[in-house]
Formats: sequence, structure tokens, C-alpha cells
Amino acid sequence: MVLKRMSLVGDALSHVALPGIAVGLMFGINPMLGALAALLIATFGIWYLSEHSEIYPEALVGVFFTASLSLGLLLTPEPELLEALFGNIDKIGITDGIFTVIGAAIIFAVTFLISKKLLLGIVSEDLAKSQGVKMAKINLIYLLLVALVVALGVKFLGTLLTGAMVIIPAVAAKNIAKSIKSFQIFASFVGIISAVAGIMIARYFAIPSGPAVVLTGVFFFVVSYVFKRK
Amino acid sequence: MNLMEKPSILKVDNLKVKFNDHVILDDLSFDVKRDDTLAVVGPNGAGKTVLFRTLLGLISYEGKIEWANDVKIGYVPQKLAVGTDIPLTVMEFLKLKEKDTKKIMEALTLVGFREKAEHIHHDIRVIKTRLGSLSGGELQRILMAYALLGDPNVLLLDEPTAGVDIKGEETFYNLFKRLKKEADLTIIFITHDREVVEVHADSVLKLTHEH
Repeated sequence: MVLKRMSLVGDALSHVALPGIAVGLMFGINPMLGALAALLIATFGIWYLSEHSEIYPEALVGVFFTASLSLGLLLTPEPELLEALFGNIDKIGITDGIFTVIGAAIIFAVTFLISKKLLLGIVSEDLAKSQGVKMAKINLIYLLLVALVVALGVKFLGTLLTGAMVIIPAVAAKNIAKSIKSFQIFASFVGIISAVAGIMIARYFAIPSGPAVVLTGVFFFVVSYVFKRK
Repeated sequence: MNLMEKPSILKVDNLKVKFNDHVILDDLSFDVKRDDTLAVVGPNGAGKTVLFRTLLGLISYEGKIEWANDVKIGYVPQKLAVGTDIPLTVMEFLKLKEKDTKKIMEALTLVGFREKAEHIHHDIRVIKTRLGSLSGGELQRILMAYALLGDPNVLLLDEPTAGVDIKGEETFYNLFKRLKKEADLTIIFITHDREVVEVHADSVLKLTHEH
């Protein structure tokens, strides 16, 4: 999302999960599945409008962000609202863990398969299309992957903070990476270390894990900015 | 003197392109002979880039575009969307099209990199540089190397020296001349430079606003 200059689209997608979580809670189903359903609908909406209309992505983000947040705030039962917004690691059970492992494996495999086409599209959509790459299809697959990442993260980080973990590791890695290969390694490293260190800090100081993880990621971003490649 | 006429590699007949109700290209017919060099000229907004995008199959159109069966197109766009902050190196970019490093090195040599021993350190640095950090002239030669990967027989060059300084332009057109001589290539290029047209083009297609 960062390389495609769509960081805020990733952030907006995470807010879209809120009404999905609310519906999940209302009907007593796993909120992660509710979030995934809402994200899928929003992803197709964003993709369709960006491919078939001339609305700027920023405008789409504004509309989806406010609409989803408002709808989610109205629908989510008050006791669960804080948890839906900021996540709660203690509520993550074995089923969620299995979903996450399977989902992460799918994300890695599909990203690996489309990465060359995706990168070429970032360099020049015309160049990619001239080589027969179906960019509309690649962009849709990519947005669906982001939706899956967000769906896997919402129970842990909540709808307000999940977007941060889509953006921060990539921005931090971009500051110091010399190549795409090192960018991928740094981004994964910052993501994993932020999650592990953030959880440990949260346990030690008895604070919520979501904000601790995000702030650890921000710390890495600041460090990467100091050592930024000129 | 060869009286046999060269076969066409591209035939365009009665081409019309419009966006909504705005007609960009209308009643355009021309053909391009194999191994010829065609310059596309015309004022800004006359539809030169639109013509290229149509020839590449990126835009819907009315009329007929017929490429020869064996056509393999290498395309050099006017500009890339990549900024200096994108950590994609020149080598990684070229590897998006060709896995074989040897073939990449051949293409780089063809566009003038790794050619002279005294430039070798500079050229190795260029290969490891971020794509967005290259100078205008270097980027054009790298895009040309990219276009040449996969052994194309047609090159489409959209204003290949726009934003390039005089020295870079000279280097680019020397390469252009050499490619014409050494490789069997049909070249279609957009330019605003009359001198370049006179020196390098076998024929000229002039687009106007009159439609």
C-alpha cells in the first residue's frame, strides 16, 4: 500500500471492519468473520469505483472511513465497543489462531505469485498492460489481500489501529532499504519485532497490547528515519 | 537498388478513438514497413500518446489495427510513476521482465552500459541504484534496455528524450542510430524535434487537432 501510495486506503479499509464486527457480535458469530465479510464488500466497492470512475482515492477513503465508522459505532453494543476499536489479545482463541496461520500462509503465497506484476504496475501501469498484465485483476487481488490482512488483525489491534500495522513497517523499511528484496525483509522484521516486543511491553506494564504494538512500530519508524538513506 | 517493396509490419485503417464524446483520433490510416523508422509528430494534445496506447491495445477504438503475426513490441513510456523513494533497483526492475542475468547484461551493453572499461565502476553503481534516482538520460537508456529484453522486432518510443539534457539526448540518438544499423528493428517514435526527424526517420506521421 505504501509503494502504491495507497496508505490511507489501507487505513480506511481497517475502519470498514467495524460494522462487520458489530454484525458478528449481534448474531453471535466470530467477529473476525463479520469483519472479513464487511471488508470484502468494501474492497469490491473501492476497486469498482477506482477502476470505473474518476473519483480520487482520497475522496473514496473519506466516504468509506466516515460511513463505516458511523455505522459501526451505531451498531456495536457499548460493552464491546472499546474492544472492537482497539482490540484485545486476551480474547484471541485457538480458532482465531488457526484462521490467522491459514490466512497468513494464503497472503504470503498469493503475494509471491503476483509480486512481479504488482511491482511492474507500480512502476508504470501502461508498461505492465503492454506486456499483457491484467492490472485491474491484479489490483483487485491485491486489495483482497489487504482486506484479509486487516481481517486477521482486527481482533488483536482493533479497527482503529490495524491500519497502522499495514503502513508503519513498510514506511520504516522504505527509509532504509536499498532494494525491494531488503525492503521486504526489513518490513517483515519490523512487523514481527513490533508485535512481539509490543506484547511483552504491554504484559510488563499491564497496558493494552494494541497501542503498545503500534507505538513500538512507531519507534522503529523514528529510528529508520534517523538512519534514512540519503 | 532493391525494387522489392518491404512488407508492412503494421497497418492502421480508419482509426477512431474517442473519450466520452471527445474525438481524439479520427479517420487515421497509415502503414509501417518492416525495419523502417516512423516519426510521429504534432502539437501537444494532438493524440500522439493516445495513438501509442491504442497501438498497444490499452484503449478501445473503432477501425482496424493489424500487426504482423510475428510482432513483438518493446515499449518505452514517456515517464514512469516511480519516485526516488521506491526502493526498486535498476537490476530488480530489469528482472521483472527477464530472469536471465546474462541477457540483461547483453541488453545493458547494447544501450551503452558496461561498454567501456573506464566507465565500468559507474555502470555497476547504476545497476544497483534505485530506478527513481537515475538521471533523465540514464533512465531513458535503462527503459530502452528493458524494451529490448525479450528480443522485440518493434520499438515504440514515446518522446524518448523528453526531459533529458543535450548530452543525454546525443547519447540516446547515437544508440538509436546503432540499433537501427545492428538490429532488425522497426522503430516508431514520438518527437517534437525536427532535426531528429530529418536525421533518423524514414517516414513521418503528422497528427493535427483537425478532427
